[in-house]
Amino acid sequence: MGFLSYLISGISLGSIYAIIALGYTMVYGIAKMLNFAHGDVIMIGSYVVFTSTMMMGLPVPVGILASIVVCTVLGVLIEGIAYRPLRGTSSLAVLITAIGVSYFLQNAVQLVYGANAKSFKSVVPVKALSLADGALVISGETIVTIVSCIVIMIVLNTFVNKTKAGHAMLAVSEDRLAAQLMGINVNKTISLTFAIGSGLAAVAGMLLCSAYPNLTPTTGAMPGIKAFTAAVFGGIGSIPGAMLGGILLGIIEIMGKAYISTQLADAIVFAVLIIVLLVKPTGILGKKISEKV
Amino acid sequence: MKKFLSMSLIVAMTVATLTGCGGGSTEEKGGADTLKIGSMGPITGGAAYYGTEVKQGAQIAIDEINEAGGINGIKVEFNFQDDEADAEKAVNAYNTLKDWGVQMIVGATTSDATISLAAETANDNVFQITPSGSSVDCVTNPNAFQVCFSDPNQGIASAQYIAENKLASKVAVIYDSSSSYSSGIYENFAKKAKAEGIDIVATGSFTADNNTDFSVQLQDAKNNGAELVFLPVYYQQACIILKQAADMQYAPTFFGCDGLDGILGVDGFDTALAEGVMLLTPFAADDMAQATQDFVAKYEEAYKATPSQFAADAYDAVYVVKAAAEKAGITADMSASDICDALVEQMKTIEVEGITSVEGVPMKWDENGMVDKAPKAVIITDGAYKAM
Amino acid sequence: MKFMKNMNKTTKQNMMTYAMVIVAYIVFQTLSVTGNLSSLMQGLLVPLCTYSILAVSLNLTVGVLGELSLGHAGFMCIGAFSSAFFTACMKDTITNDLLRFIIALLISAVCAGIFGILIGIPVLRLRGDYLAIVTLAFGEIIKNIINAMYVGLDENGFHFSMKDSMSLNMTENGRIIIKGAQGITGTARQSNFTIGIILLLLTLVVVLNLMNSRSGRAIMSIRDNRIAAESVGIDITKYKIMAFAISASLAGLAGCLYAHNLSSLTALPKNFGYNMSIMILVYVVLGGMANMRGSIIAAVALTMIPELLRGIGEYRMLIYAIIMIVMMIFNWSPKVKEWREAHSLKGAFHKKNVKEAK
Repeated sequence: MGFLSYLISGISLGSIYAIIALGYTMVYGIAKMLNFAHGDVIMIGSYVVFTSTMMMGLPVPVGILASIVVCTVLGVLIEGIAYRPLRGTSSLAVLITAIGVSYFLQNAVQLVYGANAKSFKSVVPVKALSLADGALVISGETIVTIVSCIVIMIVLNTFVNKTKAGHAMLAVSEDRLAAQLMGINVNKTISLTFAIGSGLAAVAGMLLCSAYPNLTPTTGAMPGIKAFTAAVFGGIGSIPGAMLGGILLGIIEIMGKAYISTQLADAIVFAVLIIVLLVKPTGILGKKISEKV
Repeated sequence: MKKFLSMSLIVAMTVATLTGCGGGSTEEKGGADTLKIGSMGPITGGAAYYGTEVKQGAQIAIDEINEAGGINGIKVEFNFQDDEADAEKAVNAYNTLKDWGVQMIVGATTSDATISLAAETANDNVFQITPSGSSVDCVTNPNAFQVCFSDPNQGIASAQYIAENKLASKVAVIYDSSSSYSSGIYENFAKKAKAEGIDIVATGSFTADNNTDFSVQLQDAKNNGAELVFLPVYYQQACIILKQAADMQYAPTFFGCDGLDGILGVDGFDTALAEGVMLLTPFAADDMAQATQDFVAKYEEAYKATPSQFAADAYDAVYVVKAAAEKAGITADMSASDICDALVEQMKTIEVEGITSVEGVPMKWDENGMVDKAPKAVIITDGAYKAM
Repeated sequence: MKFMKNMNKTTKQNMMTYAMVIVAYIVFQTLSVTGNLSSLMQGLLVPLCTYSILAVSLNLTVGVLGELSLGHAGFMCIGAFSSAFFTACMKDTITNDLLRFIIALLISAVCAGIFGILIGIPVLRLRGDYLAIVTLAFGEIIKNIINAMYVGLDENGFHFSMKDSMSLNMTENGRIIIKGAQGITGTARQSNFTIGIILLLLTLVVVLNLMNSRSGRAIMSIRDNRIAAESVGIDITKYKIMAFAISASLAGLAGCLYAHNLSSLTALPKNFGYNMSIMILVYVVLGGMANMRGSIIAAVALTMIPELLRGIGEYRMLIYAIIMIVMMIFNWSPKVKEWREAHSLKGAFHKKNVKEAK
C-alpha cells in the first residue's frame, strides 16, 4: 500500500511539473530560449486566483478564468517588452533578460502583497477517494491534477498537429527563416506560443497552490527549475516528452525520498537526470540533432 | 557597450566614494544629540517576511520610546538595513550602519546573518542583541545577546513538555535539514527525547529546495504509528504538512516551536486544519496580557497585519537595549565601543519583563548572552491560540 | 611610447586590463589607509575581488570555450568548504596564519580542479542547453550533499555522517567541524583586499596567457567550429577538460577567498545554488564573451548597484531587476546597437573626420 500511495503522490506532483514543463518546452521549441521567468508567471497566476477568490470573494471559475487571462496577457507583454528586442542575438542574452524579468516579477509581487505567505482553501470541488479502508487515500486535488494534465496534453497535441496556427508553430520551430519566407508571421506565432505557455502556467499555479497551499513571491522558482529539468529530461521541444519527463521526475523525486533519503531527494533527481542525459544526450523523446558539416 | 559599462561604473564608484567621505566626516565626531540604533534583516528575497516583521516590531518600540521622551531623555534614531538573510550581505548592511554612525545593534534577524555580523561587531566592539537569531553560535562573543530561545533550548523544552504531559510515547519528527534553526532544534530534541524515554519512530527531513511535498514524510510517520508529529519548522511548510496530513486522513497531534507562530495569520489559510496543533512559543498575538494587547493593536493599526513572534522579539529587544542603556546611563556622545562595554556590564544584572516572557517571570541573561525565560505552551482551538 | 606601439593589439588590451586592476588597487588602498573610504566600501572590497575572479573564470568556460555552464557556484562551494575545513582542522597545528591561508588556497584550487575534471569528463560530451542543465544538476548535487554532511574530529580521528550529528558517535572532547546545514562557523577572517587583488591578477594572468597560448587557440577553435577543429587533429576532449578544470579551480580560489572573509559558511541556495551560478553568468554575458575586462567591470558594477540602492529600502531589488533588463537590451539588442552606432561620440568624430578628408 505504501508503494502505491507513493506512486500516486509522485504522479500527482509530476503532473504539475508536466504542465509547467509544457510551457517551457513550447517556448524553447519555438523561440529557442530558456524562459527562466516561467516559474514566476505561475506564481502570478496563483496570486490572481488568491486575490479574486479569497480577497474579492468571486466564484472559483471566475478566479480561474481571471488567472488565465492575466497570465496570458502577462506572457505576451513580457515577450514583447523584454525578449523581442533581443531576437536574433545570442540566446544567452535572452536568458539573462529572462532572469531579470524573474527578479522583477518576484520583487513586484512582494511589494504589492507583502512577503507574508498566503494560502488558499483548495479550489478543487472533487471529494477525496478512500480505498482499502482508508489505507490508501487519493485526494481530490490529485485526481483533478492528473486528469487536467492528461486533457491539456491531448488538447495541446491536437492543436499543434491539426490546426493552422499549430502548423505555423511547428514551421517556426523547424526553421524560422524558411517559415517567414512561406508567409508565416513569426512574431505573431511566437506571441501565441507565449500566450499558450503562460495560460498553462496559470493552470499549473492554481493546481500547485491547491495541492500545496503556501503562496509566497518565490513559490514559482523551484517548481520552475524542476519543470525545466523535466522538460530537458523528456527531450526539450517535445510535447509528449515534457509530459513524460514531468511525471517521471515527480515519481523519481517521491520514490527517492521514500526509499533512499529525504535529505538527498534533489541530489537523487539530478543524478538520474545526468545519467539519462549521458545515455541519451537529447533526453528521452528528444530529436537527435544531426550536424551539418 | 564597454563604454556604457565603464561609464556606469565610474559613476557608481564616484558616488560610493563621495558618500563614503561624507559619511566618514560626520560619523567620527559623534556629538549628535540622538542615540543611533541600527537593525537588519531580509526585506527582499525568500525570507523577507521575517525581516519585515523585525523591522516593524522594532519601529513600534522606537516610536513608543521617543514618545515617552527617549532613553535617558535622549531621542533614538532607528535605521534598518536589508541583509537578504545572507552572511555576506549582512556584513554590507553592518558597514552601511557603521557609516551612518550606529551605536547599538538590534540584529540580525536570521542565524547565518547574525553569526557573520557577530564577527564584525566583536571586532569593532559594538553591542549587539539579536531578536531572532537562535543558533548558539550567534552569541559566542561577549558583546552579543539573544532575545529568542536558542535552538537547543527549544528542542529540549519541547521534549520535556511532551514527556511531562505524557502527550505521546511514539513520536515522529519532520524537520528542514537545510535550515540551521530546524536541524538545531531537531538534534537537541532527539537527544532529550531519548533521555526522557520518548520513542522517535520516524524522522523525515526536507530541504529548502524540496519543501512543497511532504507526503512521504507523513506516510512514514503514519506507517510507524506515530501519535505525535513534532514540527520544528516554519509555518509556511506547516500549512502544507497539515493540509497533506488531512488529505491522507492522518490525524496525530502536531507539536511545534516558535516557528509555527503566525500560522493563523496566513491569509486564506483554512484554520480548521490547524485545530488542536500545540506549540511552544514565547509569544501569542491573542495573549490577554495588557502589554501584548497594546502592542498587537498598535501593530495592526500601523501595518494592517497581525504580528508574529519575530515582531514581538524585536519589540522586546529594543526595550532590553533601553533598560540596559538607562541603567548604564549612556549618553549620545559616547562611542559605540564605550556603550558596548557599559551595556555588556549591565546585561548580567538586568531583568526585563516583555511581551515574549511569561507575566511575572522577567527575562534574564546568562554569562553566555543567552536569554533565560519560560516558554508558553499554546494550543490552537476554534481558530485561535489558547494558553495551555 | 615606442614600446607601447610595438606591442600587438591583444597584449595592449591585456596590459590595460592589468593596469585597470592595479590602479583600482592603488586608489582604493590609499583611500582605505588614509581613512577616506566608507565602511561599506571597505567591506565590499574583498567580495568585489571574489566576484571578479568568479566572472573571469566562468568567462573561460562560457566565452573562450563556448560552453554554457550553470554550475559554477558548485566549484566555488567546493573551494570554500575544502579550504574552510582545512583551516578549521589545522587551526592549532599550523600557527602561521599566512602559511595556513596559502595552503588553504592551494587546497581549494586543487579540490575544485579535481571536481572540474571529474565532472568535465562525462559532461563535456553534451552540447548546448543539455550541457547547461547537467552542470546545473551537478551544482545542485554538490550543494545538496554538503548540506547533508557532518564531519567531526576527536582523538580517534575523523567521523563522518550523512544523517545528523548524533550519528557521528564522537567522544566528548571531539568537535564537529562541518555541521550539516549549519556549515562551518568561526572561520577566522584572513582574506583581505591585497590578497584578493593578488588572486584576481593571478586569475587574469592564467586566463589571458592561456588565451594567447597554443592551447588557448585550440580551445577557441573548438568554440568557433568544433568539426573543423577536430578535422585538423585537435584533441577536443583534452582541451575542453583543460579549460573546464582551470575554470573550476579558479572558482575554487574565489570560494576560499569567500569562506575566509565571513565567519559563517553555509551552503544555502542563495550563495552556492543555481541562483549564484546564474548571477556569475550574468556578469559574463553583460561584460562580453571572452572579454575579461568586461567581466570584471560587470561583476563590480552589479555587486555595487544593490548596495548603492540601499537608500530606497525594499524597492532596491525591483530597481536592480529593471536596471539589469535595460542594460541587457541596451548592450545586446540589434536595434539599439544600430542607434548607438549612429549616435555615439566615436561615430560622430569618425564621420567628421571622413567629411574633412573629403
